[in-house]
Amino acid sequence: MEELIRCRGLSKRYGKVLGLEDLSLSIPAGKIVGILGPNGSGKTTLIKMLCGLLVPEAGEVLIDGKPVGTESKAVVSYLPERPYFSDAMRISEVVDFFEEFYGDFRRETAERMLQTLGLDFDKKISALSKGNREKVQLVLVMSREAKVYLLDEPMGGVDPAARDFILKTILTNYNEDASVLISTHLISDVENVLDDVIFIKQGRLALYKSVDEIRMEKNKSVDALFREVFAC
Amino acid sequence: MGWKFSDDVPLYQQIMDGIKQRIATGDWAPGQKLPSVRELAVEAGVNPNTMQKALAELEREGLLYAKRTAGRFVAERDEITEGLQEEMLQSYVKEFLDNMESLGYSLKDAAALLQRMSQQEERKGE
Repeated sequence: MEELIRCRGLSKRYGKVLGLEDLSLSIPAGKIVGILGPNGSGKTTLIKMLCGLLVPEAGEVLIDGKPVGTESKAVVSYLPERPYFSDAMRISEVVDFFEEFYGDFRRETAERMLQTLGLDFDKKISALSKGNREKVQLVLVMSREAKVYLLDEPMGGVDPAARDFILKTILTNYNEDASVLISTHLISDVENVLDDVIFIKQGRLALYKSVDEIRMEKNKSVDALFREVFAC
Repeated sequence: MGWKFSDDVPLYQQIMDGIKQRIATGDWAPGQKLPSVRELAVEAGVNPNTMQKALAELEREGLLYAKRTAGRFVAERDEITEGLQEEMLQSYVKEFLDNMESLGYSLKDAAALLQRMSQQEERKGE
């Protein structure tokens, strides 16, 4: 299968704190991959390197064969851990903003999904609940026809019904030739939608396997294996 | 969201069982056209690749068939689909008997219990 993401020897420290240590991996097209690890293990550091917000101290990243830069950013759709829309913007303005900014944005798709949420497009971001704010942001990110979707904690702090909406939105909208990376610690909620999982432990790659392999070899869910690998 | 799954069996096998059940109960009729892989994946709450794998396996077993451009269909009724119902019934009964056995009851005890329960039901109905 065609390789979409390649990382070689990625390392990064924050002062004395380890971010990533010699991390190498290759992710093919057409997969939904979970990046799993406890808080502070390096998940967000990895995602930020893939989308160019952080520069590794050593190693390199290739997205669709190209180093991280303008070309790679055009094919990467990134959902940050925290919402970044201005509170003062209206939903309709955020949609305009995305359309102007991204050539691969599908406006009709975004509007259709926002309608199913029953949200008034004139509403300001500041008037939305936390759950709705996350949903709006995910809808916009998934409405791009990207090759790589990087979703950093897409379900952090929302209720189970909102989680269902978010998973459904991801499944319905990702492009079949694209890859989706989901970083999360809510493993039991996402494991059924994942092809493969990557465990990151203290900045290092601890495991990279398919969910089926884990179930067959260990007779365990990913959630149960995670608790075992990262037991305190 | 989705179908119920247990932890220790690969998902595609559980999906296959779920679909077999639909075919065996007639919920999916012989010759019926299936929804798209993506639609089924969303309904089940699983990855489209996993759903694809389950459908491909069921095709290999002859329970589904694909027409090149028209999509996937449930097989017309034949020995395979007929046998399916019997196979499922037997697996349910076996599970029941295994549970009884682990509680220390023999097949005979289980049969007696079933008879007693069925008599009670009949009396209720009167």
